[in-house]
Amino acid sequence: MKKLKYALFTGCTAKQSTPEQMMSTMAVARKLDIELIELTEASCCGASHLQDYDDFLSLVLNARNIAYAEKHGLTMVTICNTCQLNTAMTKHRLDKNPELKARVNEKLSEVGLEYKGTSNVIHFLYAIIDDFGLDKIREMVVKPLSQFNIAPFYGCHNIRPSELHDESHKQKENPYNPTSLDDLIIACGGKNVDYEEKNKCCGFHVELQAPHTAAVLTGNAIAGATDNNADMMVTPCPLCHLKLDTQTKSASEAIGREVSLPVLHMQQMIGLALGCSAAELGLKHHVTEVNFI
Amino acid sequence: MSTNKISTQKVNFKVFRFNADVDYLPYYENYTMDVTSEEVVLDVLNRIKWDHDGSFSYRRSCRHGICGACAIKVNGRSTLACKESMTTMVEYFGNEITLEPLSTKRAVKDMIIDKGDFWEKHAAATPYLVADIDECPSCENLVSPHDAEELDEADLCIQCGACHYACPVVEINSDFFGPAAFAAAYRFESDVRDNDKQRLIDVNEEKQGVWDCVKCFECAEVCPKDINPIDKITKLHQMAFKRGVAKNNVATRHAVGFLHSIKKHGMLDEGGLVLYSEGAHIVKHIPVALQMFRKGKIVMPWNMPKSDNLDEIQKLIKSSSTVKF
Repeated sequence: MKKLKYALFTGCTAKQSTPEQMMSTMAVARKLDIELIELTEASCCGASHLQDYDDFLSLVLNARNIAYAEKHGLTMVTICNTCQLNTAMTKHRLDKNPELKARVNEKLSEVGLEYKGTSNVIHFLYAIIDDFGLDKIREMVVKPLSQFNIAPFYGCHNIRPSELHDESHKQKENPYNPTSLDDLIIACGGKNVDYEEKNKCCGFHVELQAPHTAAVLTGNAIAGATDNNADMMVTPCPLCHLKLDTQTKSASEAIGREVSLPVLHMQQMIGLALGCSAAELGLKHHVTEVNFI
Repeated sequence: MSTNKISTQKVNFKVFRFNADVDYLPYYENYTMDVTSEEVVLDVLNRIKWDHDGSFSYRRSCRHGICGACAIKVNGRSTLACKESMTTMVEYFGNEITLEPLSTKRAVKDMIIDKGDFWEKHAAATPYLVADIDECPSCENLVSPHDAEELDEADLCIQCGACHYACPVVEINSDFFGPAAFAAAYRFESDVRDNDKQRLIDVNEEKQGVWDCVKCFECAEVCPKDINPIDKITKLHQMAFKRGVAKNNVATRHAVGFLHSIKKHGMLDEGGLVLYSEGAHIVKHIPVALQMFRKGKIVMPWNMPKSDNLDEIQKLIKSSSTVKF
């Protein structure tokens, strides 16, 4: 197989509140011999909040990010569900609407850039599934996670709206019964846990403006995983991770029950199975301690 | 399906049963049936009633996806029973199919729910045109095709409730209007003839308004009419800023804070955003922030990373901004 090479859009959390996500992404890429060219010019995607304020500006900024991936002639890989949604949504809207694309390009031309629509935008999870292949992961596992029940937490913005995501994926995901993360857990030797909240919302986006709603959603998710005998959770989204890892106190208070589970980033889970060390994967950066390593 | 041949397969149905008059708790009844590739979910409901149990209850009327009466949940997915093909459901979920009302909490009898909360919130969103139109006009009140496009198909809503009962916020915050009511509000806010002043204020209230939307896209996914309610919610957010209705509160500052941060760093300054949004209320985040700090999860302001070519980003913000707050 030809060596896989992508333009990496890290997003903002990987550089700030989830350093372990950046570390484990690079560690896993090294193990899998995937080359990631970091888009250091990229701006924040707006996280679906700038979109509430100024839609056109958010389109221009996201188109600029994609334009840099296009300059490299590479598919853009995201490591955050919300980055994935906002970037792919921008691509979708510009590719479908030549008039809007022209208006955006008129602005981009002021800084010597152009959005062409030539680069696909996919989340790292689906790059691994669609391009690298789970069979190959399975062959490379040296330390299977066979002693663990692992609850997948998909995160909304990777699975909904399915119409958008189907455009960039080779293997379609059923948003009501997603399987990609379950398959990845199994490929890493773990036992996947089925529970009602696996495709539900973590509440991250309203943490400031509706803290009770956000806390109940987080609490329900951890409780659902716990009640189905999960030893840990795993998620492809750093925002879900922040919520599930750092907000257990408010979540427990909101649902009137003590809940807490170690939560791995998808990259950390793969890294563990491939034999990366805890230090390489940044496990010490978790607020809810990963106590089984 | 490309083939015209009708195929048949065995499907096990687990069906929610409850009669508020005689039952304390709901229970599930199992039915195994041969289902043909031609059938829709409503056909299955009919056959349960006609062939198995005449007391089985559900709402149905038009059978054409217009009245919105027959929305139920199939394996947790809200859908219009008369529109949803059984073949698609089996492709989606396999041969074990669970049929439930839109909200098990609000069940009255089997698939029938008390939709009172839905209608109450729908009504509260002023879902009608408020306009000074001459009762005896001498000519038609024309709306140009361009203006009509602004409605963006929000007028296709059939009030089936699929999105409302799929919304996780509706479940938690009993005041929250919900996606269908917001789509209705958008439908009239985007109508050039409408001159209501209160509607946009109502849907922006903290207690019930659009700012509590968690952005999970459940509503966009379930809508049988492809109305994309969350897109309408986003547009109501934008309208609030454009029409000067947005209040200066944590929710609006949270949206605007992204712009400030991107202008300064290209990237989002997470701590700066919380400070900008919360103001003095940031103190309540200190316990969690300290925990995060100890784990190396907080970047100090003086170490904030910046995007390369930040000048480009700043230039684009200057030339492409369309809103002021």
